[in-house]
Amino acid sequence: MMHAALWSVAVLLALAPAGIALSMLKHGSAILYGACLVVTSALVAIAILNLLDPAHPVLNATLPIGLPWLGAHFRIDPLAAFFLVVVNLGGAAASLFALGYGRHEDSPGRVLPFYPAYLAGMNIVVLSDDAFSFLVAWEFMSLTSWALVVSRHREAENVRAGYVYLLMASFGTLALLLAFGVLGGGGHYDFTAIRAAHPSAGVAGAVLLLALVGAGSKAGVVPLHAWLPLAHPAAPSHVSGLMSGVMTKVAVYGFVRIVFDLLGQPEWWWSMVVLAVGGITAVMGVLYALMQHDLKRLLAYHTVENIGIIYIGLGLALAFNAHGMPSAAALALTAGLLHVFNHSVFKSLLFFGSGAVLNATGERDMEHLGGLIHRMPQTAFAFLVGCVAISALPPLNGFVSEWLTFQAILLSPQLPSWGLKFLVPAVGALLALSAALAAACFVKAFGISFLGRARTEAAANASEADSASLSSMLFLALLCLIAGILPGIFIDSLAPVVSTLVGVSMPHQIGLDWLTVVPIAESRSSYNGLLVFLFVTFTGTLAAYAIHRLASDKLRRAPPWDCGYPDPDPAIQYTASSFAQPIRRVYGTTVFAAREIGEMPPPGSAAPARLHVELHDLIWEALYAPIAKVITFATERINILQFLTIRRYLTLVFVALVLLLLVLAI
Amino acid sequence: MTLVRDLISQGLQMLLVLLLAPLLTGFIRKLKAQLLRRQGPPLLQPYRDLVRLMRKEVVLAEQASWLFRVIPYIIFAGTWVAASLVPTFGSGLLFSWSADLIAIIALLGSARFFLALAGMDVGTAFGGIGSSREVMIASLAEPAILITVFAVAMIAGSTQLSTIAEFMGSSAVGLRVSLGLALVALIIVAIAENGRIPVDNPATHLELTMVHEAMVLEYSGRHLALIDLSSQLKLLLYVSLIACMFMPWGAAEPRAGNLALAVGALTYIGKLMTCGILLAVFETSIAKMRVFRIPEFLGAALMLALLATLLRFVSGSL
Repeated sequence: MMHAALWSVAVLLALAPAGIALSMLKHGSAILYGACLVVTSALVAIAILNLLDPAHPVLNATLPIGLPWLGAHFRIDPLAAFFLVVVNLGGAAASLFALGYGRHEDSPGRVLPFYPAYLAGMNIVVLSDDAFSFLVAWEFMSLTSWALVVSRHREAENVRAGYVYLLMASFGTLALLLAFGVLGGGGHYDFTAIRAAHPSAGVAGAVLLLALVGAGSKAGVVPLHAWLPLAHPAAPSHVSGLMSGVMTKVAVYGFVRIVFDLLGQPEWWWSMVVLAVGGITAVMGVLYALMQHDLKRLLAYHTVENIGIIYIGLGLALAFNAHGMPSAAALALTAGLLHVFNHSVFKSLLFFGSGAVLNATGERDMEHLGGLIHRMPQTAFAFLVGCVAISALPPLNGFVSEWLTFQAILLSPQLPSWGLKFLVPAVGALLALSAALAAACFVKAFGISFLGRARTEAAANASEADSASLSSMLFLALLCLIAGILPGIFIDSLAPVVSTLVGVSMPHQIGLDWLTVVPIAESRSSYNGLLVFLFVTFTGTLAAYAIHRLASDKLRRAPPWDCGYPDPDPAIQYTASSFAQPIRRVYGTTVFAAREIGEMPPPGSAAPARLHVELHDLIWEALYAPIAKVITFATERINILQFLTIRRYLTLVFVALVLLLLVLAI
Repeated sequence: MTLVRDLISQGLQMLLVLLLAPLLTGFIRKLKAQLLRRQGPPLLQPYRDLVRLMRKEVVLAEQASWLFRVIPYIIFAGTWVAASLVPTFGSGLLFSWSADLIAIIALLGSARFFLALAGMDVGTAFGGIGSSREVMIASLAEPAILITVFAVAMIAGSTQLSTIAEFMGSSAVGLRVSLGLALVALIIVAIAENGRIPVDNPATHLELTMVHEAMVLEYSGRHLALIDLSSQLKLLLYVSLIACMFMPWGAAEPRAGNLALAVGALTYIGKLMTCGILLAVFETSIAKMRVFRIPEFLGAALMLALLATLLRFVSGSL
């Protein structure tokens, strides 16, 4: 199994140079994406077999590459197997989507070589079992995705996105490098040795913070999210889906691996940091998303929200674990990991949908879309399923993981620590707020892009996506439904992962009556997605049948009523920004320092009135802009050093030498 | 045998909420009219309206999509299922374990999600205004009710509505500050969610003030009938929710005898009437708010609910 997995990754790596040659061929992209589809599907099969194996085998392999005295260690344990499923399921879906979507690529040579390398990089991060291979793979993943982000380098916006991404990725890797440096202080860089050496409380705390910064910056935790909404939309849409749906999960994997696996028993304050970060990330992410009118950027910001939800689950698990409540910790961790899976499914689906729209209309701006449900009915249906799922509405899968998180929060009054007693309800409130705002956000995303009337010629003449893209989207939509109505299967397959990390797992779910989910006890809480789905379908069909049969089934088309003032101009419709206006007014005045300035023409003038909206990205202005300013200032000062005469350079070298000798002498 | 009995009881409950919902609306309308010294429509008028609408043909806007035609059924089904999972005359419901209180609220959330989409489907200005205001109100009301649920669930030790109802009916509850706060929060949310005065006016057609009515402006015939019935069901649901959590007296225990069921049914009607009277009096004595005052109104609910939860976290007895 281990060898099969490593060979598959090797094939992906080998496909990268092949991509250069394939990009010259007419059907090269189809061959490459087809090969990626086959390999990632094989990896999904391997990982699922490993995860479902009742013996939960841990597979090891060491390759004589990397550092000569260390070698490269690889390992598949349940945690790695679960994330392999997430990575490769997303990879397979993206490859299938790209079979159709990739045909429209302008310059395939900039995408094809990096795509399989990127997939391989993410796989190696999950597989690696020593700090060196982990960091190398991590950086490899960052660089290949950076190459994909700047694949359309002629647009200035994308170049800036790539620049910011590269900076943040290096910063994140630096933090992780320090984390592993502190952890493997004795020179032991393979994870088995790190696991065996129990670090002191101070060291462990420092590692937690470094991991939060390092993995968090890749995952998009506020305030380290700044690169994410720039970089994710800039890449081709199937890669955007991978970056948002899968790579952020690889970052979560890094965090879970370090904090839950390598560090051992958590301290009480760790959870407070993680919970606070998670709560703020969830609400800020969705508020940012609501303010966007670029469909792909909206989705990217929304990834930030979901990462927040995942971190809330992880934080709760840390809190329960630190206070000796392993079964509650198992519930919280299951919720977090289930959301990892769910989010990877629906976020990939939504990005693919936005890619299909981009392909059909050439537009990412929602203000230029509208009415696509008539022109692209199947894409619209799949996108709608994704919207319902991501808004955490029953009976789809997003609801299940949020419901489990809520159940974990409800267990928290038993926590003894006072800080957590105040923090957890506040985080619960933030989670509830973010769930409600997410629904608003996706009413906007779907309503403005797909419903109403076409706002531009391009939207009016859009045509349905090709069959490969559609089958990928419909497959993911089906997965959203299955994971929503049969969550017990997914919770049970997470059991080995959870029990290796916190010692116990949630009670066994399969085999309960009607496939109900019962996290603790039936008298306490239970949810049955299957029954809810069946009830709703049954009553809806019954109502439709009864009314059509007994009352009336007549229907007449007529112009819209609109209170008597229908206007044929599509500009009369609500736009993305006007839709968000009430929410901007309620939340934006504090969060974005939003201001609306209405300019009225002087009396008697026929000039139009204008409304200016001012939004500030306060995090950028408060955190990033000053840092950039300091760096610019410093570099401008140091810049003089580039234009000295040879005499002065020699003096400089001499002074440096003398100083060093002095230091040595003292 | 017990299974059959339970099934009948569950089926009865489903029918009961469906049949009672228009009556409650008619009752409130009649009462409001009489408080204003008007004659008011007959008590059974909502039924007649529904039947009339069902028989009429649907006039569909030219650019309406398939989604627009499916949404009334989705909303109706979601609301009906949610309403039939809230205990009314007795607390033992066969399927009450299939969705707990959080899931019931989320089901209503699904219904609202689709209603807001319906408002945007035809591409008119009024639909957009309704949808965008509705999601703004929901973005405050939904967290408020979820946190209220947290407070109640932590006291009752369950999010299962039947268990909560039984707990509230037992003597273990006592008087608690947090429950009082939660009740006030729940009432505020119920008013907002059902589009009652002061948040929205169910009787208005004054364009710029409407929220719910603006979203359903393009609906007619059977579609409109279903949406009207759904909002009547939603009102009944919230009243039943408040009744079963905060007025648990008289509700039949699970597997109770026929007499207890009859008592439960009678007290349930009494509770509905009480809440209806209170709502009618409240609505006639207060003016509608400006749209941007609503966040403050709902923010109060959110804060009260959070306070209730915090009290529960701090002390087990408050």
